[in-house]
Amino acid sequence: MKLIFALFTGLVFGVGIAISGMMNPAKVFNFFDIAGTWDPSLAFVMGGAVILTLIGYRLVWRRNAPLFESRFQIPISSAIDARLVAGSAIFGIGWGIAGFCPGAAIPALGTGRWEVVLFLAAVTAGFYARRLVASSQPTTKAA
Amino acid sequence: METMFTPFASFGGGLLIGLGAVLLMLGLGRILGATGIMSSLVFADSRDEFSWRAAMVVGMILAPGLIFLVTGAMPELSVPVSPWMIVIGGVIVGFGASLGSGCTSGHGVCGLSRLSVRSIVAVPTFMFTAAITVYLIRHVFGA
Repeated sequence: MKLIFALFTGLVFGVGIAISGMMNPAKVFNFFDIAGTWDPSLAFVMGGAVILTLIGYRLVWRRNAPLFESRFQIPISSAIDARLVAGSAIFGIGWGIAGFCPGAAIPALGTGRWEVVLFLAAVTAGFYARRLVASSQPTTKAA
Repeated sequence: METMFTPFASFGGGLLIGLGAVLLMLGLGRILGATGIMSSLVFADSRDEFSWRAAMVVGMILAPGLIFLVTGAMPELSVPVSPWMIVIGGVIVGFGASLGSGCTSGHGVCGLSRLSVRSIVAVPTFMFTAAITVYLIRHVFGA
């Protein structure tokens, strides 16, 4: 039951990603290209997602526990460290080069496009590279 | 390359992305972060943690097919960059998102909705570096 629920959750998320335009690199580049062919659509994606999650989380947290687990597992760290800032800055550079981010590329696998496979293979290589350079001791789990 | 301004589809897609995040919190009490999900699958940290993430990824990958069944067309996906840019960008995305403990979904949607201080630092950081990167590539180097 838990796994069916997780699958359904992924499906809802993936349909949202597909409809929103997030899995289209041309649209991602144009969102950032204010000086050129600007397309502000993706601001509406973030707006819709954050509004719903902001309210939805608070409703869910009225419960004592989630449906299929004994407790909520939420990152508690509030440390603003060099890893966070450098990692985020580096992530943005890669996003600006390739036009895909992980959350958009995973559902995009379902389109069967080779570019998506190539991107996710490269992301995996990036994960390994990070483990080599800055091994273990993460301050928090990946959000 | 111009893309069409799609405020309604993007907002609607954003709501579904948010709904996915809220459902995961309701069912499993977890943050929906694509980087965390993907790196757990890559490194197969623990069996119990592996299975629900794998189920979610299957759901995500089914999304474009569902859209095809309903609308008769795959979601739009055009990649205006070379395979090398996808590879280089992908490695940088994987490295950065892993180091910074999150990407657009984990920090962007879930972190901002939790009003996490780390995410409030991370999101403007990667938005800024992505915008600078796109500007440099398109308007300075003229690719």
